[in-house]
Amino acid sequence: MKKIEAIIKPFKLDEIKEALGELGIAGMTVIEVKGFGRQKGHTEIYRGSEYTVDFLPKIKIELVVSEEQTDEAVDAIVKTAKTGKIGDGKVFVTTVDDAIRIRTEEKGAKAI
Amino acid sequence: MNKRTLLLITLLTAGTCWFAAQAEDTNNVAATSAAPADATPKPDPAGTATGASSDAQDAAGNHFVGSEPTPLSADDKKDATKVKTYEDAKKAYADYLAQVKVEPLAVKLSDSVGHNRVAINFMWTLVTGFLVMFMQAGFALVETGLCRAKNSGHTMSMNFMIYPMGMLGFYLCGFAFMFGGLGPIGTMGNYGGLNGEWTINLFGKPFGLLGHKGFLLQGVGYDTAAFALFLFQMVFMDTTATIPTGAAAERWKFSAFMIYGCCIGTIMYPIFGNWVWGGGWLSQLGTNFGLGHGHVDFAGSTVVHMQGGVIALIFAWLIGPRYGKYDATGKLVHPILAHNIPFVMLGTFILAFGWFGFNPGSSLAGTDLRISVIAVNTMLASATGALAATLWMWWVRSKKPDPSMMCNGMLAGLVAITAPCAFVSAGGASIIGLIAGIIVVESVFFWDRIGIDDCVGAISVHGVNGAWGCLSIGLFADGTYGDGWNGVSGTVRGLFYGGGMSQFWAELIGVTTCFVTLSIVSIVVYQLAEKLVGNRVDKDVEIEGLDVPEMGVPGYSGMVLDKQSETPMPRGEHYVPRASVAAAAKV
Repeated sequence: MKKIEAIIKPFKLDEIKEALGELGIAGMTVIEVKGFGRQKGHTEIYRGSEYTVDFLPKIKIELVVSEEQTDEAVDAIVKTAKTGKIGDGKVFVTTVDDAIRIRTEEKGAKAI
Repeated sequence: MNKRTLLLITLLTAGTCWFAAQAEDTNNVAATSAAPADATPKPDPAGTATGASSDAQDAAGNHFVGSEPTPLSADDKKDATKVKTYEDAKKAYADYLAQVKVEPLAVKLSDSVGHNRVAINFMWTLVTGFLVMFMQAGFALVETGLCRAKNSGHTMSMNFMIYPMGMLGFYLCGFAFMFGGLGPIGTMGNYGGLNGEWTINLFGKPFGLLGHKGFLLQGVGYDTAAFALFLFQMVFMDTTATIPTGAAAERWKFSAFMIYGCCIGTIMYPIFGNWVWGGGWLSQLGTNFGLGHGHVDFAGSTVVHMQGGVIALIFAWLIGPRYGKYDATGKLVHPILAHNIPFVMLGTFILAFGWFGFNPGSSLAGTDLRISVIAVNTMLASATGALAATLWMWWVRSKKPDPSMMCNGMLAGLVAITAPCAFVSAGGASIIGLIAGIIVVESVFFWDRIGIDDCVGAISVHGVNGAWGCLSIGLFADGTYGDGWNGVSGTVRGLFYGGGMSQFWAELIGVTTCFVTLSIVSIVVYQLAEKLVGNRVDKDVEIEGLDVPEMGVPGYSGMVLDKQSETPMPRGEHYVPRASVAAAAKV
């Protein structure tokens, strides 16, 4: 089992959800986060004084998929989230030791 | 200072005021030896004796019901003009009496007309007073919106509690101090029971200092006209009272604020208020020294707004800036952003709406048709103030129009027009508002430059523009209104309309007196609170946000607030959460 963490621009969320749905992936967790990458922040002005805006709002999607589906899921996310402009985000893939469905107490691949 | 001692002091103060009220309940005719028995003003708590034919007037204010002229003294009889005037008045009265015999119904009707006129004025004063009360909500929203979310509960609470606390202080003794010596309430039936003013003699002239009738609205204070006046003046006092809470917000202990709340309605506001509106020495500058019509302030640029602004300045200065905003050299390094711009703008609109009660209501007369001019002048100044501030920020001082400055600009225009609203033309009002919009922007920058942290711009909006408002009377008053103001005949006229500089000097004296007096009073009250409870919260409370430590409940319960990034933290500082917070976070 692999965990996919994708940090994306917020307005891309619905598209990605639909793209993953077409692959048969029905579940995910979504978190509102702030972040920045290699691009520098910019300055704004409030009541005549400058302040820096480093962090931009992002959405982080977390989902756990079987090893077989990992590549096509990552592919779908990357293709859907790409705009070509800076700030598109990143995807990370890690290995999951175990998964449990709380309602039925199923373990392992059956729980995804 | 424990709670028992505080309670004892409160009860003693209330008791003193109650005793003072009993002592002043002069239906005791023997106390006033020279006055004839029926000249003693009788309070009218049921409103059944207020408003009669003597209150009936034409549009120009001429009474048509005759009254017996007061007999001349021995000295007066030597003055030929006075004798002639007396003889004419005596003849007119005799003619009137003859008319009364012919048309007794007309007299009864004129009683009713007079009563209706007084009733219109009562209604006007009360309803406009209700509008001004709603400004409390406006101030609360503006201040809370301009501060941070983690302090919203505390900021709102200060603005909420100041309303009852100021009111009760004013009821206890503030109203008596400020208006106890006002004299007859002309537009509401001429009740003259508030006729006690402590006066000293300086340079051979009377200097009214403080009133002393009407404590706890008892005795001579228990009169329908006095009550209407009390309500109207109380909401004005509460406007002053709520201004400093904005400047000292986000670091002021609630207990210290409560001590200030006890002092503002009882003594801080009424002193200068009596001097300008209660018949005191600033209003007498005209009759005493020929300085225009004395210090003129129609609806309270100095009496209300500048008083609040000076208190705000002293408190913001003494309590110190918010943590992290300035660096060690006093330079502004991290602006603290407003957390809710919709609140700020909604609050500003509520204030602008309430100002339609503030300015026109100060005529205390719905029958004074100048109220339409006052209302329009108020409106125009608010518009030019908002526009001027916006454009000044956008084109001159900053790269973007700033919503918070838009609101400060509108409010600055409103504050500035508060004093001159009845005395200027539409053009004058627009210019006064426009200049106010520019002044407020520059003033905000100035206070930040010298390291005085005013969270909401209260000092600039109310203090600086309150002064500008009164000074502008000395320049822009166009001589179309104000005949007899403060006992000086002729209309109020400023420099640009041929009035010379004398009105301006009177305004300047008033403005300077306001600054000096309120500075002293504020320093005293601040130090009192400092000795009793301390004013400033601990640093970790300030970083945590005052809502939970001071008030016990968050303003926005359930919302995760990004408190760390809301609080500018100088590099190298290590923030240690308070013990209870650390335990909860398992740090």
